[in-house]
Amino acid sequence: MARIVMESLSKVYSGGVQAVSDVSLDVADGEMIVLVGPSGCGKSTLLRMVAGLETITSGTLHIGDTLVNGLEPAQRDIAMVFQNYALYPHMSVYDNLAYGLRNRGVPKPEIDRRVQAAAEMLQIGEFLPRKPRALSGGQRQRVAMGRALVREPAAFLFDEPLSNLDAKLRVQMRVEIRQLQKRLGTTSLYVTHDQLEALTLADRLVVLNGGRIEQVGTPMDLYRRPETVFVAGFIGSPAMNMIESAWARATSGLPDGLPAGSDLIGVRPDDLTLAAQPGGLALTGRVALLEPAGAESHVYVTLSNGQTVTYRTQGLPDLTEGAAITLHAPLSALHPFNTATGKRTG
Amino acid sequence: MQTKRMTFSSGWLPYLLLTPQVAITLVFFVWPASQALWQSMLRQDPFGLRTTFVWFRNFQRLFDDPHYLISLKTTAIFSLATTVLAMSLSLLFAVMVNRMIRSRDAYTTFLVWPYAVAPAIAGVLWWFIFNPSVGILPYMLRGLGIDWNHRLDGTDAMILVVIAAAWKQISYNFLFFLAGLQSIPQSLIEAAAIDGAGRFKRFWTIVFPLLSPTTFFLLVVNIVYAMFDTFGVIHATTEGGPAQATHILVYKVFRDGFVNNNLGSSAAQSVILMAIVIVLTVVQFRWIERRVNY
Repeated sequence: MARIVMESLSKVYSGGVQAVSDVSLDVADGEMIVLVGPSGCGKSTLLRMVAGLETITSGTLHIGDTLVNGLEPAQRDIAMVFQNYALYPHMSVYDNLAYGLRNRGVPKPEIDRRVQAAAEMLQIGEFLPRKPRALSGGQRQRVAMGRALVREPAAFLFDEPLSNLDAKLRVQMRVEIRQLQKRLGTTSLYVTHDQLEALTLADRLVVLNGGRIEQVGTPMDLYRRPETVFVAGFIGSPAMNMIESAWARATSGLPDGLPAGSDLIGVRPDDLTLAAQPGGLALTGRVALLEPAGAESHVYVTLSNGQTVTYRTQGLPDLTEGAAITLHAPLSALHPFNTATGKRTG
Repeated sequence: MQTKRMTFSSGWLPYLLLTPQVAITLVFFVWPASQALWQSMLRQDPFGLRTTFVWFRNFQRLFDDPHYLISLKTTAIFSLATTVLAMSLSLLFAVMVNRMIRSRDAYTTFLVWPYAVAPAIAGVLWWFIFNPSVGILPYMLRGLGIDWNHRLDGTDAMILVVIAAAWKQISYNFLFFLAGLQSIPQSLIEAAAIDGAGRFKRFWTIVFPLLSPTTFFLLVVNIVYAMFDTFGVIHATTEGGPAQATHILVYKVFRDGFVNNNLGSSAAQSVILMAIVIVLTVVQFRWIERRVNY
């Protein structure tokens, strides 16, 4: 149990590539923080810097009350779950779990107690004598989790632990990880590129782009009020529609009352309606494609400037491809941005 | 591992495809091997005028001959020492090169060079370095109070041929160890580091066990090399001496057959060598390989 405090962390590789720039983040004790961003955004590098697997070029990192900048991974009291699980293939599941405890000189009965407890918690008791290669992907994932939690560390670090699993198992393990983390109350940093995983797991979400923090907040905060164009486009699926206000003003109705400098208007596919919204946004175009997805449908509409916007609706709407359509959104659902700064205007 | 089964529509094609392989095996193994087997049961008089079929008498004589038994022991010591030295040094080099980032390729190239040197040349090289009259090493060793003379001292001679033979094999082992090390996922090492294992502990509990298939393969190759491929090294340095201190089995085959013209005995010795290799390989692959797979 510990707080993790990052102050102006930066990482510059020897070739001059800046992977992480000036990241400051205060992770509260017991909090689950998800680092999310596109590949190459520096999220894994940041996690590895916390783990001690990458050196810190500048800035300070505290875990608990200790400055850990110069400490070896083993001395930082953290446990990590790797994307490929990194189970020791020549050891049984039991030995995989016990390895870290043996290295720390934990007495044998205590090792056994902790391994058995972890195995029971993760329902891998029957696999303890087996080698990792005799396990399925989901079972390996559990062993990797078990190896982290027998250590009873100050913090868990997860490096895209679910990306090697199939879709169904991923959802199941996601729920289990969250339940486990809540039950244990261990501070956790979780890296993923999957925004759905990020939204569902996080107490607070950190969106990274190009090595910098774009925005930090609860998942719903980020969803409801993205502070930058990047976050607006990254969080939410299908992605937010971005409409140039100049074009909207000229063709359809663009409401008054948007802050000055708002040259880009974002509107979520869910916030669009067929019913007119007085004083709101109106977009006219043609239905390009109707995509039923079970409980909901995605309608792709091509506007007169060639741009395609997505409209999400419940059930299967009574629309035909090629037909003219006007989509509406109330003023309150619009996200105004400025393209030059990339930031929200109000 | 899954094996793909091919079915041929015509009956003769599979045999045709196998022919080159079978032909090579026949010409370069089965034929000479059976010649040796046949010759090992013959005995010629000193002038080569009369040849008698003596059944297994040549073998019987060999095992009654103390020189042969000593040579057997010499071979065991030589092979073991060469293998251990060649493998441990190359593993050390591979681990060190694997930790390099920038100069890795250059070092790899340098370390592979000895492999391109012919065994006899390697022998001569070490012969010069260790030469009691003009060599640089005995000169330095004398400074340390060690009197080096592989022409008189059997142990010195053994050390010399072991070094020369191992030096030749280090390159080969090094390449395999390096490839083996590079195929170990980095995340395993990192996981072990987080699990609190220091550098040495990581090596012995993670890296070395994961290298065991490579180590095992090299063990077989090195023993076979030391027993059979080191003729050139020995011939160029000690010629089996002094007092037969470096008279390994392969060298004895050559001495008895082509110098002393006892072809029957020489053939019998090669048959025994062949049997040793077969037994060694079968034992290693049947018994040890099962344990090194994970």
